[in-house]
Amino acid sequence: MKCSYNWLKEYVRLDGVTPKELAHALTMSGSKVETVTELGADIQNVVIGKVLAIEKHPDADRLFVCSVDVGDGTPRQIVTGADNVFAGAVIPAALDEALLPGGKKIKTGKMRGLESQGMLCSGDELGLDGHDQPDSDADGILILDDSFAVGTDAVEALMLRDTVLEFEITNNRPDCLSVIGLAREAAATLRLPFNGQTDAPRDPLQGEITQVLTVTVENDALCPRYSARVVKDITIGLSPLWMRRRLRACGVRPINNIVDITNYVMLETGQPMHAFDYAYIQDKQIVVRAARAGETLKTLDEKERALEPSMLVIADANNAVALAGVMGGAGSEITEKTRTIVFESANFNGPSVRKTALSLSMRTDSSSRFEKGLDPAMAPAAMERACKLIEELNAGTVLSGTADVQAGPTPPVTVPFTREQIEKHLGVAIPDVNELLESLGFTVKDGAVVVPSWRRDVSIWQDLAEEAARLHGYDNIPATLPPSKNQGWLTEPQKLRAQLHGLCVSLGFYEMLTYSFIGPADLDAARLTADKAKVIQNPLGEEHSIMRTALLPSFIEALSHNAAVRNPEARLYELNMIYTDEGGRLPLETRRLILGGYGGGMDFLALKGVVETLLGRFCRKEAVFARAEEPSLHPGRSASVSIGGRVLGVLGELHPSLGFPPHAAVCELDAEALIELARPDAVFASLPRFPAISRDLALICKKETPAAEIVAIICKAGGALLEDCVLFDVYEGRSIPEDSRSLAYRLTFRAPDRTLRDDEAEAAVAKILKKLQDGLGVIIRS
Amino acid sequence: MLHKNLEELRDKALDAVRNARDAMTLENIRVGFLGKKGELTAILKQMGSLSPEERPSIGAFANDVRAAVEGALEKASGTIAEKELIKRLADETVDVTLPGKPFHTGRRHPMQTVLDDVVKIFLGMGFTVAEGPEIETTYYCFDALNTGPDHPARDPQDTFYFDDETILRTQTSSVQIRVMEQAKPPIRIISPGKTYRKDEIDATHSAHFHQIECLAVDKGLTMGDLKGALQTMMEGLYGPDVKLRFRPHHFPYTEPSAEVDLQCFACRGEGCRMCKFEGWIEMLGSGMVHPAVLDRCGIDASVYSGFAFGVGIERLTLMRYKINDLRLLYENDMRFLKQF
Repeated sequence: MKCSYNWLKEYVRLDGVTPKELAHALTMSGSKVETVTELGADIQNVVIGKVLAIEKHPDADRLFVCSVDVGDGTPRQIVTGADNVFAGAVIPAALDEALLPGGKKIKTGKMRGLESQGMLCSGDELGLDGHDQPDSDADGILILDDSFAVGTDAVEALMLRDTVLEFEITNNRPDCLSVIGLAREAAATLRLPFNGQTDAPRDPLQGEITQVLTVTVENDALCPRYSARVVKDITIGLSPLWMRRRLRACGVRPINNIVDITNYVMLETGQPMHAFDYAYIQDKQIVVRAARAGETLKTLDEKERALEPSMLVIADANNAVALAGVMGGAGSEITEKTRTIVFESANFNGPSVRKTALSLSMRTDSSSRFEKGLDPAMAPAAMERACKLIEELNAGTVLSGTADVQAGPTPPVTVPFTREQIEKHLGVAIPDVNELLESLGFTVKDGAVVVPSWRRDVSIWQDLAEEAARLHGYDNIPATLPPSKNQGWLTEPQKLRAQLHGLCVSLGFYEMLTYSFIGPADLDAARLTADKAKVIQNPLGEEHSIMRTALLPSFIEALSHNAAVRNPEARLYELNMIYTDEGGRLPLETRRLILGGYGGGMDFLALKGVVETLLGRFCRKEAVFARAEEPSLHPGRSASVSIGGRVLGVLGELHPSLGFPPHAAVCELDAEALIELARPDAVFASLPRFPAISRDLALICKKETPAAEIVAIICKAGGALLEDCVLFDVYEGRSIPEDSRSLAYRLTFRAPDRTLRDDEAEAAVAKILKKLQDGLGVIIRS
Repeated sequence: MLHKNLEELRDKALDAVRNARDAMTLENIRVGFLGKKGELTAILKQMGSLSPEERPSIGAFANDVRAAVEGALEKASGTIAEKELIKRLADETVDVTLPGKPFHTGRRHPMQTVLDDVVKIFLGMGFTVAEGPEIETTYYCFDALNTGPDHPARDPQDTFYFDDETILRTQTSSVQIRVMEQAKPPIRIISPGKTYRKDEIDATHSAHFHQIECLAVDKGLTMGDLKGALQTMMEGLYGPDVKLRFRPHHFPYTEPSAEVDLQCFACRGEGCRMCKFEGWIEMLGSGMVHPAVLDRCGIDASVYSGFAFGVGIERLTLMRYKINDLRLLYENDMRFLKQF
C-alpha cells in the first residue's frame, strides 16, 4: 500500500513530523514502512514562465527564440525546438542550473550562436504522462492554462511535491489499506489529534432513486451490504490536478473524473467502489446473485470469463454486469458518452471473493481488499464521500436516496478486559491503557471495550493487549528471562545421533544437506524405483516431485556436482530422513546414514575400513560383510552390512556405468537400527598382566576362498589362548600358484593367568594349520 | 716381570681408549682388556706362579690398572656419546618449513553448526528438543494453529499437497500442537526441522528450508520473557553486541505477535546494501501463544500463557558466515563445505 504523506496530513496533524520520522514510528507500531520516496525532489529550479515573444532562429530552420517572463522582472532568452509554443503561452521553464528527472542538468549555453538561458519543458521531461497532465503526451512543450502564476516553482504549481510511504500491511488490518486508517494509526502512535470524521448518510432509502433503480440481494451471506446511488448529468472529464497527483502518488493511474473518484475513495477509505453506466443496466434492476451455469461475462480487461455458480455476480435484469468485488464488466464501463451512473459501494464475503479471483487468476486491488474481510459499515460512508466528491468536482447531479440493502445490523463487539490481565501478559505496566485504546477508536467502559466496526480483527482481551503493547512500544517491554527450574536435556536417541555425526566427522567426512524431494531422473540415476514413495500433487517441478525413499539419489547428485566442478576428491555424509508410505495415515519418516566419496584413495576397502571403525566404535560389535547385489553398485565390489544377523544396509563402489571417478564408493545404513544397536557405554576389561606370544603365518589359499572363512577357522581353532588375528599382507604372483593367493596373518596368543610357554603357542598354531588344511585346503607358505 | 706386563697392558689400553672414536670401539677395548677372556684376566691368571710375598703388591697394582682403564673408558664413553648425539641430532634435522603430513577430519554442515549452537543455548535455558513429522496433516499445520480453511497460506500455490489433508509442513509450529496434545505445562521445547513452501529457488528463497520452533507454556509467562529468550539466543549466536528490534505483526496463532529484526552488522543500523538500506534485517516471527491454540490442545488459557517463535536456520546461517547465496547451502560443494 502506497500512501501520500500530503494526503495523510489531511487527517492527522503532522506538524513537525518528517516523513522519515513518521515511517519509523508507524513501523514500530505495526504498520511497516518498506520505502520512503520523495516526489519532486528530482526537479529543481524549474518555474512557471510566460512566453512574451517568439521568433524564428536566424540561423536554424527548426529552432525558435523565445523571450520568457519568469516572474523576476528579467525575461530570459530561451531557444526551443518545439513548434507548439506561441506568444502568451504559459509553460514550465527550466532555468540555468536546473535539475530534471533522470539527473538531467540544464545550463545556459549557446544554440546555433544564440544564447539560451534555460529550456522550455515538455510534460515528459518533467516525468508526466497524458494521464497526469493533459497534452503531456503530445509533441512539444507542456502548455498550461493561465491559472498558473508566472514565477512560481513548477514543482509546487504542478503539485509534484509529496512523499510516498510504501506500507506492508498485515492481512488482519484491511482498515489500514486506506489513508484514513493509516492516519488513525499515525495519530494514535504519535499521540496527535485525528480528524477522521466521516459523513453521515443523507436521506437514506427515500428519494428519487426509488424511481430509477431497485437493488435485490439474493445471497446476503456473500453480500452483507450493498449500497447504490445514481448520479445523472454526468460530464466525463479530467479530474482536478490535486486528485490526479494523489492517485499517482499512491500508484494509481488517473483515467477520468468518475473512475478517479471511485479510486480516490477506495484509497482514502479502504472501501472498493464501482461505477456502472446506467444506460447499460437493463430494467433499472441490480441483482446480486450467484452466477448461472454457463454464464459468461466480458470483464473490463476485455477478457471473456466463464462463470461458475460458486461465483457471486452483480447482474441487471438479465445478465451479469460485474464480478462481485473483483472486476466490473466491459459492457457497463464508464465511457466518454456516459451520462448517468450507478455508484456501487458494497461489502462482499472475503473467502468468496478470494476463491473467485483465484479461480479466474484475476487478483485485483478490489479483490485483495475484500478477501481480507471489510467493515460493512464502511460501504455507506464511502458512498457519501464519493457523492460529495461528485459535487465538489461538479461532475454531475446526485439523485436523492440510497439503495442500501443489508443483511441486518451487526451488533458491536464488546470485549471484557482488565488492565492487570494485559500487564501480566506483557510483563510491563501500561497505566494509560484506556487512553491508548480510545485513541484507536475503542470505547472503554465498565471493564470492557466496544470494538469499532472497522476492527474486525479484535475479539479477545489478548488482542487488546497487542493494541496496548504496540502503542506503548514493543521496545519498552523489558526483556526478562523465563524462570527456569531445571536444565534441558537431550533424549538418548538425540545424543546418539549427535555421536554418529561426531564419528562421521572424525572419520574425515563432510556433512551434506540435500532436498527431501527428488525427481524421476534422480531415481533413474540411482537405479531405484518409486516404490512406496509419496508423490507431491503440486510440485515446483517434476525434478522435485517425489519424497525420497533412500538417500542414495541425493548422494549421487551431490557427488555429481563435485565431479562436475572437478573437485579432486569428495568425502560426504548425511544423516537424514527418508519417507516411505506404509499405508498409514502419514508415511513413515525414518533416518538413514549415508557416507562415501571418491578420490584420495577411496575404494571399496577404504570405505569398508571407515564403516568398520564407525560400527565398531558406535555399536562395539563387529559388522559382517557379505557379497550383495545392488543395481547401482559394482557387482564385484558391493556387500551387505549386518550386525548380529540384522542387515543395516549396503556398501559398495558405484557402478562404473554411472560415470563417476573410478572407485567412488558409498554406504547407506538404516540409522534407526544403528541407534537401536548402539552401545554408548563401554565395559572395562582388565589390562593383560602376562606377556603375549605372536606368530606370523603366511597362508596359501585358493583365490575364491573368502578371507572371512579363513579367519573364522583360525578363531575357532585358536581357542581361548588366541587373543588377536590380524591380516597384514595379501600377495599374488611369483612363487604362488596362479589360482591361489597368499594371506599373511599375525596371531597373538596370551594366557590371562600366567606367562604362556612357547610350546603352548606352537601347539595352538599346529592345530590351526591342521584345521585350515582339512577345512579349506589352505597350506602354509614355505 | 708381571708388574711390567701390567704396566705395558695399562699403557696399551689407555692408548687404545685415547684413540677410540666410537662407542663400539670402546666396548671392544673393554672386552679385550677387562672381559672374562681379556688380557688383564689372562695376566691375573698367572698370579698363582707368584710368591706369597709378591702377590699382595701385584694384586693391588692389578686393581689399580683395572681402575685406571675403567676410569679412562668411562670418561671416553661420555665424550663419545655426547659427540654421537650431536651428530645424530644434526643428521635428523628436517626442513621445518616443509608441509606437514596431511591428516583429514570432516566438518559439520554450517547450518547444522548453527542449529547445534541454538540447541545448546536453549538446553541451558531448560528446554528439550521435540520432533514431529515433516509430512503433516492440514490439522496440525493449519487448523490447530488457528489458520482456517480459507486462509491464503493454505493455497496450493504456497503449500505442497499430497492430498487434500496431507501436506509438507510449512512451518515447524505443527510440532507445538503435537507437544501440547501430549504434555501438560510447564512445557519448554524447541523443535528444529525441515519445512517446505512453494517458493521458486533462488539466492534468497528455497522451497525446502529449516526452522527452529520454540514453545514455552507455563503460568505467568510474559512477552518480556519472549524478548529475553530471543535476546539470549541472538547473543549466543552473534555475540553480546547484537541489537534486536520487536515490531508488531500478525500471525493467526499468536497474540500479541511480533516480528523481530536484527540490526545490520555491516552498517550498525545506518542502512547499507546488505540490509537494503533499512538498517535492520528481518529475522523471525514470534508472539504469545493464541488462547485458541492453547484451548484446542486442552490447556486452560485463563491459567497458562505461553510464547513461541519460529526462526529460519538458513537466514541465521547466511548472517553468521556472511554467505551471499542460499543455494550454496544445498549444493554440497567440497570447496564450500571445507570452509566451515
